[in-house]
Amino acid sequence: MLRFDRAEATLGSFRLSADFEIAAGARIAVIGPSGSGKSTLLGMVAGFVPLSAGRVLWAGKDLSQIPPGDRPVSTLFQDQNLFPHLSVAQNVGLGLRPDLRLSPEQQARVADALRQVGLEGMADRRPAQLSGGQQSRVALARVALRARPILLLDEAFAALGPALKTDMLQLLERIAGETGTTVLMVTHDPDDARAFAPETVVVVDGIAQPPAMTGPLLDDPPPALRAYLG
Amino acid sequence: MRNALFALLTTASPALAAGPELTIYAPEYFASEWGPGPKIEQGFEAVCECDLVFVTGDVLPRILLEGQGTEADAVIGLSMDQTLRARESGLFAPHNQDTSGLTMPIAWTDQTFLPFNWSETAFVYDETRLASPPQSFQALLDAPDDLKIVIQDPRSSVSGLALLLWVKAVFGDDSKQAWEKLRPKVLTVTQDWSEAYGMFTDGEADMVLSFTTSPAYHIGAEDDKTKHAAIFPEGHYLLAELAAQLKDTDQPELAQKFMDYILSPEFQGMIAEANWSYPSKLPDDQLPAYFADLPRPEKTLSFPEQEAEAIRKPALDEWLSVFAG
Amino acid sequence: MPRALSAGGAVAAFMFALILGTLGIVAVHAGGLSALGPWDLRAIWFTIWQAALSATLSALLAVPVARALARRRFAGRGLLITLLGAPFILPVIVAVMGLVSVFGRSGVVNEVLAWAGFPPVSIYGWQGVIIAHVFFNLPLSVRMILHGWQAIPSERFRLATSLGFEPGDIGRHLERPMLREVLPGAWLAVFLVCLTSFAVALALGGGPRATTVELAIYQAFRFDFDMGKAATLALVQVGLCVAALLLASRVSRPAEFGAGLDRDDVIPAPGGWRCHADGAAIVLAAGFLLVPMLSVIAQGAPGIASLPGAVWVATLRSFVMALISAVLAISLSLALAQSVARGQRWTEFAGMLPLVASPLVLGTGLFLLLRNVTSPTQLALPVTVAINAIMALPFALRILIPAARALQRDYGRLADSLGLRGLARLRILTLPRLARPLGFAGGLSAALAMGDLGVITLFADSRNPTLPLKLYQLMNSYRMDDAAACAVLLMTVSFALFWLFDRGGRIRAAL
Repeated sequence: MLRFDRAEATLGSFRLSADFEIAAGARIAVIGPSGSGKSTLLGMVAGFVPLSAGRVLWAGKDLSQIPPGDRPVSTLFQDQNLFPHLSVAQNVGLGLRPDLRLSPEQQARVADALRQVGLEGMADRRPAQLSGGQQSRVALARVALRARPILLLDEAFAALGPALKTDMLQLLERIAGETGTTVLMVTHDPDDARAFAPETVVVVDGIAQPPAMTGPLLDDPPPALRAYLG
Repeated sequence: MRNALFALLTTASPALAAGPELTIYAPEYFASEWGPGPKIEQGFEAVCECDLVFVTGDVLPRILLEGQGTEADAVIGLSMDQTLRARESGLFAPHNQDTSGLTMPIAWTDQTFLPFNWSETAFVYDETRLASPPQSFQALLDAPDDLKIVIQDPRSSVSGLALLLWVKAVFGDDSKQAWEKLRPKVLTVTQDWSEAYGMFTDGEADMVLSFTTSPAYHIGAEDDKTKHAAIFPEGHYLLAELAAQLKDTDQPELAQKFMDYILSPEFQGMIAEANWSYPSKLPDDQLPAYFADLPRPEKTLSFPEQEAEAIRKPALDEWLSVFAG
Repeated sequence: MPRALSAGGAVAAFMFALILGTLGIVAVHAGGLSALGPWDLRAIWFTIWQAALSATLSALLAVPVARALARRRFAGRGLLITLLGAPFILPVIVAVMGLVSVFGRSGVVNEVLAWAGFPPVSIYGWQGVIIAHVFFNLPLSVRMILHGWQAIPSERFRLATSLGFEPGDIGRHLERPMLREVLPGAWLAVFLVCLTSFAVALALGGGPRATTVELAIYQAFRFDFDMGKAATLALVQVGLCVAALLLASRVSRPAEFGAGLDRDDVIPAPGGWRCHADGAAIVLAAGFLLVPMLSVIAQGAPGIASLPGAVWVATLRSFVMALISAVLAISLSLALAQSVARGQRWTEFAGMLPLVASPLVLGTGLFLLLRNVTSPTQLALPVTVAINAIMALPFALRILIPAARALQRDYGRLADSLGLRGLARLRILTLPRLARPLGFAGGLSAALAMGDLGVITLFADSRNPTLPLKLYQLMNSYRMDDAAACAVLLMTVSFALFWLFDRGGRIRAAL
């Protein structure tokens, strides 16, 4: 269980507070107007945004003092998810050992993960030689290998076309489903939320509201969300 | 690998001589293969059964910084303007040599600082570029201002300071006027002697403040007889380089032995062509012939230590007021 | 993250301790600071005046040259830009030889003037100091301003072209705002370098009128034995630089070096008289910067083959020492640059400190500190290597900071989220991504280390002389021809070192 215990983050004059729980294995969409603090909410979990008050707990354990890389968290950013100077296999291998000293068994797992995302035979390419969709698959392969219980997506597929995005969400669903990963996904697209996330957190006016059922919420949005959805 | 690297950086160490170590502080130029150091080291190690080590750098500043904890057993290459401050430090011991037989133009009575070579300040010129050099210091002052000379800064160079005292010795209370007449002829004031001399040999200046013995290098090493020191009847200022032993040396016998070695014919015989100056104790007939034939001034000027120190500060202010004013 | 922070923080703390600590030790040894005399105050005034004038001239002259290089394309342009950078890494003693042979009394310029019936010009005096400082620092200014030009997004030029902008409009709307941002930083960099210039003023100053603070420190140390005064003057120098830094930080952020960044699309290049003006700017700058170097080569090259063996041993020794210095310099500056990139601004200030440190006071302080530990002679080589690395630090840092910032901005979070840290982060992320600026910084550091005579003669080791020391010894034993050959050798090795590092960085970056 991921718990925001009166968690607050202050960035200059901006303040975001969150006080709710998310069940383990849940898939949550995070929506709200630009600048409302969606990324800040994810940053509190990932460790990039320090808390000014309260706590964030996973399975009863306070995460505050744990550096980002040691948290039970994987993150997919909007861009720059891959190191351009490393090969595809190396980028994926970082998920197993950040120092890349992989055993033969671990190298086999990397190859397997690439096969799972449909990138067989591309292990030695550089990210620049791949399409946008393929780059997302590399990042997802790494997420699968890292197998952290929480996955944060910060508009990770925003740059992809509709068909590709659907592919990615299906792939994501499979990977998350296999390991029971808790997913928080920031998105601008209500359809993404409907398709992927049974529950949704609305971030508006400096408050991240507790998760609500996605369907009813979008069918009958509260006023602040309605203005955003149009 | 590390050992190989270290060896590479330090390969130039000569094979170590056996026996105890005698540490002598010396100026930078002294210990290079073009200075007198290596010959002196070789000669002394042959008789002392010791390892003579030259440590180069700013000799007196370093000794004064180190005080009684200094590693030095002896020093060589002090200049005459440094003796007072060195003496006041109380760090030096008498040299125990008989100085009555020195072949210097003035009587030397200092019991602590022992001269091993000497020369005099002089303006050096190239006869192919300056056919009729000034015949006296006064003539130099009166020369047209397109005669360009290079001098050294008295605040950073021994020869520059000697020039300050030279002018005082020749012109006395009229020194300021002398500087004012000299100033338009001064092309530039360099930090040390070598830069000034380099500008002279490059043809930048007609005359350079140097030494009466400078032409000897060109004759002896380059077979070039066109460089001369202009000899002035007013006299030339004495420059001697000195050696001394430390009171607190842990090698008193060796240090004393080195003091003895300085006045030995072997040491003295090396000086002329290793240091391009006159040895402090060597009759003319034992000098190389061209050395003995160098034109000599009639008068050699020198202030006693205390007087030189007293003159230094006001003379410097006077010089600054003319050159920086 | 905390570990990397502490590496940069530790280096910064070490720099503060070293630069200010040694100054303190000298002051304590002297029994306190001594008062300054009227000549010292004049030295302070001259120092500020010449540094300000040199910086202003360098910046103003660099603008037309940088603009011409930014918007014109011609064969050998890349090579010319590289060569124009050369004076900055030229050993001072070599540069002075070259300048004298061109601008001196019997130099090329005066021969041409005499032939044309004009009175001679003199390089000796304050004008010599300024000429030399512009010679050294014009390359720096050109490089920084050129980088500013290339950093204007090409979309803006395209927009300007589509709106039918005349050259004057481009100047008003694109170039002048860029210059307003870049020039203060370029000015400051040159000002700081000139503030502590020592050897140039000595050689070309022409006399006590051109006494700088650093020269006054030298005099206090060597001639007056007044350590207290040396410490006071060193403190004044630090104060001047801090004031300059504060002033400039209010005006603008420091300009970036740019490791020879190039772009494919061309900046609009107006024709007509502007084309001729650009050509003239490039030819004049190339002449001013390259002819003195060619002159040194012409003078000394024939004698290289006959240089004595000891010179070659010293060359090899200096080469290895410069390599170690460079590796040390880029290691220290990388640690600092990374902590600056993470927002620790104070570490940047620590990295700029060596620029204002008096090498003489630094060396004396170290000497007083270390002589009780071990023999200074045995420390001669390590101390020389370390001091040279520290003196190159500000330049290496300026090169690395923008690159480290970009790295942190683009990949910092990803690396953090993957738990990439410590040596693994260095090996997998930092070194490969920063290879190019690291190579450039390393080349600069190595070349600067190679040419440094080291005023720190307290740590001299006469049995293991460096190449600059050999050059000095040759000059002091009347061997001016050998010295000229030695100068060419010194210059060649300095350039070779720079090329080696810079090339290595580029090749690694391209992998």
